[in-house]
Amino acid sequence: MKATNKKSFSETFKKEWMFHVMLLPAMILLLVFAYFPMVGIVISFQDFVPSGGIGQFFHSKWIGFKNFEYIFGLQQFRQVLINTLVIAVWKIITLIIAPLCLALMLNEVRQKAFKKTVQTVIYVPYFLSWVILGGILVDLLSPTNGIVNKVIVALGGQPIYFLGDNKYIRGVMVISNIWKEIGYNTVIYLAALMGIDQSLYEASAIDGAGRIKQLFHITIPGIMPMILLTTILGLGNVLNAGFDQVLNLYSPITYEKADIIDTFVYRIGLNQLQYSVSTAIGLFKSAVSFILISISFGLAHKYAHYEIF
Amino acid sequence: MHKNKIKISPSRRVFIVVNTILLTFVMLASLFPILNILALSFSSNSAAAAGWVTVFPVDFTLDSYKYILENPAFFRAFGISVIRVILGSAISLSVCLLAAYSMSQSDLNFHARKVYRWIFLITMIFNGGMIPTFMVIKMVGVYNTIWALVLPTAVQTFNIILMQNFFRGLPYALTESAMLDGANHFQILAKIILPVSKPSLATVGLFTIVGHWNSWFDGMIYMSDSSKYPLQTFLRNIIQSVDTSKLDLSTVDAMNKISQRTVTAAQIFIAIIPIMIIYPFLQRYFITGMTLGSVKE
Repeated sequence: MKATNKKSFSETFKKEWMFHVMLLPAMILLLVFAYFPMVGIVISFQDFVPSGGIGQFFHSKWIGFKNFEYIFGLQQFRQVLINTLVIAVWKIITLIIAPLCLALMLNEVRQKAFKKTVQTVIYVPYFLSWVILGGILVDLLSPTNGIVNKVIVALGGQPIYFLGDNKYIRGVMVISNIWKEIGYNTVIYLAALMGIDQSLYEASAIDGAGRIKQLFHITIPGIMPMILLTTILGLGNVLNAGFDQVLNLYSPITYEKADIIDTFVYRIGLNQLQYSVSTAIGLFKSAVSFILISISFGLAHKYAHYEIF
Repeated sequence: MHKNKIKISPSRRVFIVVNTILLTFVMLASLFPILNILALSFSSNSAAAAGWVTVFPVDFTLDSYKYILENPAFFRAFGISVIRVILGSAISLSVCLLAAYSMSQSDLNFHARKVYRWIFLITMIFNGGMIPTFMVIKMVGVYNTIWALVLPTAVQTFNIILMQNFFRGLPYALTESAMLDGANHFQILAKIILPVSKPSLATVGLFTIVGHWNSWFDGMIYMSDSSKYPLQTFLRNIIQSVDTSKLDLSTVDAMNKISQRTVTAAQIFIAIIPIMIIYPFLQRYFITGMTLGSVKE
């Protein structure tokens, strides 16, 4: 019995070894740059002192959950958690509603050239980095010479320092995020809209249904699965408030309302060099995210038959 | 107009007009900030300081671009970005292509596939986080080299999934006869699969290129010499220094920075140009990418 198993194993390997070879470069890279850092998570249970060398993940003193106790005792961390949730939830909601409205509006356009032009233009920011978009926003919203404040002043208002005022910073984050990301979801919804059976509209028109009735009884139900799917998958992102964006738009004055988990991890770790504390916060985020992603994938699989890999 | 067979009701007509106006507004709002930066880059310092540069340059000048031409630091950063795009995309595409071909096999043809699937999936959900990754980069000796920008992101699981799905969509007959003729998998991949995989390769390739061109954070933390910064990291430094200077507005300093403003605008615009050049292709493969990425069964 054992012998046949072994034989079939070696036969299998003879036939399939090339697949292993093809996967080897990817495996080496993942081992070094993905799995090896995962081992490094252990430093969140240590009082880490850099020592250099490969073994340094295991050289420091183990202190159990002390780092976690320290984090949860921090007033600042609670604020960071709130900021993250508030900004992320607003982003998720706006990135469902705004692209949906845009897709519905575009779907009503009959002139192909106009439709194409609008689409071409609104996708542009999606392909630009937050460094670029941040640089543009810093200039555009500048209190001294930005065009937005020039208009405000011309209309008789006081200049507003959008990026330096805790009242406005979250709004700037959410709105500028719509600007960058709206194209992506709009494409998804437009595709879903095109998938709706056109005969439904004809049939309902014969029955005397108006445009509004059609919208609520055919169009919206028709793309509901896609709306549900994007909502569910968004759930896995409630702790991702947008590191690239925030790091380019916030400043010490706006930490109070705009500092999020990822930027906090960055500052604690690489500016203050508290490696263990920073990693502990990262681990906390990963753990919660993992649960959320599992739930959202489970739901997506159940309700939308969505599957990955 | 009279050729239209469908009668348009007055309320419908009003809707079409309002809809068109709204969409035009959205389009202009989306485009305005970019046009504004472009106009600023071609305006004189004094015009920029006086304000009211909108979408047309005021007091047209090429001074900002001339200033950049004399600035070797900008070109060095630009060059580093070009190198990382070429090197990074070539490595990433090769690695992902090979992996995707193996992963596109059925579980029966490739018994260990399930194991590899988990190895990939885990990296999508979990990562070591910023500090452990940073420490590993230092440990393996790629810190402060171009490899730190190229290797850590080379394996893109999402791209592997995308190509895998594409390969699975190819007709089986394509490879069957080659198999019977005794070709091995490397030959099949190179001679049969690759030539017909242009759409998926183009999609993945374009997104990899954009990803490399746009990334800046890795340059910021993995490069200790600012002379090794890629363009986006270099730009971020400039923009952030302008930004923080506004916090303490001593007049002299402010005047100094204002003259920097048009130069920064020009640098931002130059960084956008490569994206604009490949934009028509990006748009074409945007949707291909998304439809390939999500399998619904």
